[in-house]
Amino acid sequence: MPVGATSWSFTEDDFGAINRLLQRFLYDSNARCALLVDRSGQLVTTVGEKPNFDATAFATLTAADFSANDQLAKLIGETDFNTLFHQGERESMLLADVVRRVILVVLFDNRTTLGLVRLKMRQTVEDLSKVFDEVFSRGQSGAGKPNVLADADDEIDRLFQ
Amino acid sequence: MSMINYASREINCKIVYYGPGLGGKTTNLEHVYGKVSPSTRGKLISLATETERTLFFDFLPVDLGTIRGFKTRFHLYTVPGQVYYNASRKLILKGVDGIVFVADSQMERMEANQESMQNLYDNMAEYGYDLTKMPFVIQYNKRDLPNAAPVRDLQAQLNPGWEVSDGARQRIAPDPFHAGENLVEQIPSGEWVERATYFEAVAVSGDGVFDTLKAVSKLVLKSLA
Ligand SMILES: Nc1nc2c(ncn2[C@@H]2O[C@H](COP(=O)(O)OP(=O)(O)OP(=O)(O)O)[C@@H](O)[C@H]2O)c(=O)[nH]1
Ligand SMILES: [Mg+2]
Repeated sequence: MPVGATSWSFTEDDFGAINRLLQRFLYDSNARCALLVDRSGQLVTTVGEKPNFDATAFATLTAADFSANDQLAKLIGETDFNTLFHQGERESMLLADVVRRVILVVLFDNRTTLGLVRLKMRQTVEDLSKVFDEVFSRGQSGAGKPNVLADADDEIDRLFQ
Repeated sequence: MSMINYASREINCKIVYYGPGLGGKTTNLEHVYGKVSPSTRGKLISLATETERTLFFDFLPVDLGTIRGFKTRFHLYTVPGQVYYNASRKLILKGVDGIVFVADSQMERMEANQESMQNLYDNMAEYGYDLTKMPFVIQYNKRDLPNAAPVRDLQAQLNPGWEVSDGARQRIAPDPFHAGENLVEQIPSGEWVERATYFEAVAVSGDGVFDTLKAVSKLVLKSLA
């Protein structure tokens, strides 16, 4: 049984792979921008047009939105909603679960259609799932365990003097 | 769930302020928000009712400095303390790295404190997290009020300690914040117990707010080290 939440990390290679997948997806779907958010509300990356809003706050609310909807799904007897769609007058957003650990959020406008975005998203989610499965299995086996903080006790003490 | 991003060189951790309704959780975050420089903190997001009771959560990201070239970012959350918001409370605990329990020191809130503490243990257990093995700090808030219970009583009710069964850890550990007190010690029955670090606070004036935050953040970083 884990003591608490497990920590996870990703390398620059993971980051590169993720960003390439997302760029390809934006190109294919004509969407404006894509964000990846972990289930605890932390922003992993954004790709595409630079969001002109507070991306950290956005990530937190996305995760909360997604978890609240998960619970709503359970209440009505579904295991979860794989995707969520919020439609605005000009901007819309589509959210999808990736291996139950991260959420892919896509913002798009009338330069494309929900149908196309949804279609392209399916493949992207599959591809991302492979990347994240690896990232998370590595975290658990402890092989690639982050050790940036190993033996950093002194430095941590100094930070909080 | 702490996240280490080697690309942006950031360590992200999640800290949740828990406790009974009106205990002062939101006030803690507001004080931090008002005191740290805008360059090291983000927006304070509050999902609250019209009467300023927390409905879902408050959220404040703060940077506490750099370690080994990595920026340490702490995401501070509060839960809604009112009893009937348990579903939301549980959601916020997802992926938590450290907990601050904000107790209301007022004598008549003792039972509410105890209920909330039990609720915290239960909700953590449902995620498979063991609170006794996690960064966990207790704050006795509202010390300014005349009806505040003595800290001794609050400690006895809310922080009696949990058993230390690991022989290697059965050694006296002094409480660095309270001279003459221990965090790990043997009680008269012979059992070894460990208590959570605690602080007294007056969140409305900011007393104890940063001591609490620093202590829990430090425990979180050490748990990663
Ligand atoms: N006297 C006194 N009042 C305090 C103190 N800290 C907070 N308060 C007051 O207590 C009330 C409730 O504080 P909040 O911070 O909103 O409480 P909360 O824990 O977030 O409550 P919920 O959102 O319902 O869970 C407010 O009116 C605060 O001004 C304190 O140290 N002393
Ligand atoms: Mg509140």
